[in-house]
Amino acid sequence: MSHAPLAIPPSVDALQEALGREQYIAERALAVSVYLALRLKRPLFLEGEAGVGKTEIAKVLAAALNTSLIRLQCYEGLDVGQAVYEWNYPRQLLEIRMIEIARDLDRAVAAHELFTETFLIKRPLLRAIEETRQRAPVLLIDEIDRADEEFEGYLLEFLSDFQVTIPELGTIRATEPPIVVITSNRTREVHDALKRRCVYSWIPYPDFEKEYRIVTAKVPGASERLARQVTAFVQDLRTADLYKAAGISETLDWAAALVALDRDVLDQHVIDETLGILLKNQEDIDAVRGERVGAMLARVLA
Amino acid sequence: MGSRGSLGSGAKEPIEPEPFEPNEPNEPHEPTLISNLLLFGRVLRAAGVHVHRERMVDAIQATEWIGVRSRADVRATLSALLVHRHEDLALFNEAFDLVFRAHGSSELKLPLFSLGERARIVMRRGAGAPQRLDVESESTESNAASAAFAIGAYSTVEVSRTKDFADFTAAELEAARRLMLRMHWHPGVRRTRRWQRATRGDIDMPRLLRTNLMRGGELIELPRRIRRQAPRPIVMLADVSGSMDRYSRMLLAFASGLTRSARQVESFVFATRLTRVSRFVSAATGYRVVSRMVRDLHDWGGGTRIGEALRTFNTTWARRVMRHGPVVLIVSDGWDRGDPQLLVRELSRLGRRCSRLIWLNPLLGSAGYEPLTRGMQAALEHIDDFMPAHNLSSLEDLATHLQRLGRPQHGDHRHT
Repeated sequence: MSHAPLAIPPSVDALQEALGREQYIAERALAVSVYLALRLKRPLFLEGEAGVGKTEIAKVLAAALNTSLIRLQCYEGLDVGQAVYEWNYPRQLLEIRMIEIARDLDRAVAAHELFTETFLIKRPLLRAIEETRQRAPVLLIDEIDRADEEFEGYLLEFLSDFQVTIPELGTIRATEPPIVVITSNRTREVHDALKRRCVYSWIPYPDFEKEYRIVTAKVPGASERLARQVTAFVQDLRTADLYKAAGISETLDWAAALVALDRDVLDQHVIDETLGILLKNQEDIDAVRGERVGAMLARVLA
Repeated sequence: MGSRGSLGSGAKEPIEPEPFEPNEPNEPHEPTLISNLLLFGRVLRAAGVHVHRERMVDAIQATEWIGVRSRADVRATLSALLVHRHEDLALFNEAFDLVFRAHGSSELKLPLFSLGERARIVMRRGAGAPQRLDVESESTESNAASAAFAIGAYSTVEVSRTKDFADFTAAELEAARRLMLRMHWHPGVRRTRRWQRATRGDIDMPRLLRTNLMRGGELIELPRRIRRQAPRPIVMLADVSGSMDRYSRMLLAFASGLTRSARQVESFVFATRLTRVSRFVSAATGYRVVSRMVRDLHDWGGGTRIGEALRTFNTTWARRVMRHGPVVLIVSDGWDRGDPQLLVRELSRLGRRCSRLIWLNPLLGSAGYEPLTRGMQAALEHIDDFMPAHNLSSLEDLATHLQRLGRPQHGDHRHT
């Protein structure tokens, strides 16, 4: 296992270009944040509404830096067993039975051999640390706001030391810190102590130009006219007073759906039919469908 | 200081040699830049943005890498390192524009002193620009109304538990306020997803195997586990419009008492608009800040639009504060000048997302009150409990009621 250090782009421009090659159109402010996170070797903390490309940046970054992506999806009750490591108890039990049948080992030795790497289930955080022996991976800690405060406390420790101690095996250290990307949808406030250690970036909804570029890059089947109309419509829709606004991923899904339906222009009928791709809330759909869609469409086509 | 190695205690990595040339090679920082950055940090702090000292060191280092030619880049650099809350971004931008004007490092010092002179309270709103309220410090408070609340002046006053808050004298109000701060609130519990060891409950399989493996796989211990329980969060939405004037003061005291006693409490006040006051309510002197804020709001004395306030809550705040099946308390007399249809719609939405929706109505305490206002009538079928909140006794009843709630099931406990 030889260690190959990451080639970090030498400037913000170079980074922006590298992200662009992976079809990710990053705003300058975001590119600066990513660049600083790489240079300062600090976690990148991304906040923003759902569907603005927070998770995507981690994937793209891994591709741009030519390294692997390790993802930890957070949820309430996430514990060390799911995030770091766990012993494979069923296999260990099976092993005991095998030993008993063979009867050629005394139990003390057996117990010792039961706690080796063979029986260890490695979860994302441990995997990320091990991976650094070859090359620092991108570690994506997705939707940290879903995890509970207890896990946040553990993460705080993990992010400052980048080591994991397994009582039966010893301490495993990272050769170099992995590139950590933490995302949050702000369903609750993440503790300041954690955010303070990170480079923070708020990803807003994109403006028309940026979203249009994303649509044309990601949905090549869409004609220029359709892409413009789709983008303009979604931009207008976001200004409507709704429970849940459409994110970029919704825009892309919608554009792809319209292409699949062989549409080249928007009309009232097709919007009403496919509104479920943009809005995922029945009350929102009811509020917009019909008249308001018509008004928005008129503005888009004007 | 800013390197990662200094953060942890163990496993420090050797400090790597700098792999890159800085963007502006061999150009040491001009002292003016550093002093401007430090000044900027002070401006941010004065404006209420929490800036950690370590981050200033990072910021200075980072501006060297990024270069100072592009104003936008410097802005992005500093915001990435010095801001860690979305709510602070608007303030940051304002401060940035103030300090890093096109020219003029020499004139910088002037506006700063005026900024630092008084404590600034920034009210954060979900949508739109943050509204800034200047709050004078405690010592300069000379308002006649607040003077009546001088500390310690009325500690011997007896408070009647059944007297309506509206009939309280200033002395009684103060005494009741103190009493309320000492009340204990237990808003029921919810089952979390975390396990804890227990003497009853399910068998803890991982632990069973782990402990007994050490004994060669014989089942000697039978460890068990249950889901840990945690108190339910409380969300309080208090009407502070003109018609609630007589009760608002007590409500704020109620909110502070609640916040001190229960673990997770979010408070909002509304009249025509909705404002989050959680962080002020929880502070020791928050009661004064909030009552001043409520007075300062143009909302004060204006009409009530409960439906619209609830809509703002549902669209802007619900996703952030309605976690873990909270108990929602709406405190209002139900005098609504808004659209009753909207109220019903938003109330039913709110009701579906909480474990218990309780409407506290001070008017319910007065004899012969019937919920005849359109808003109140419309609301009744969507709320779980309709309770009075006009005197201490009724609040005690509320406390008992909350405690008795225990662990209600989602959705199937509605009564109409």
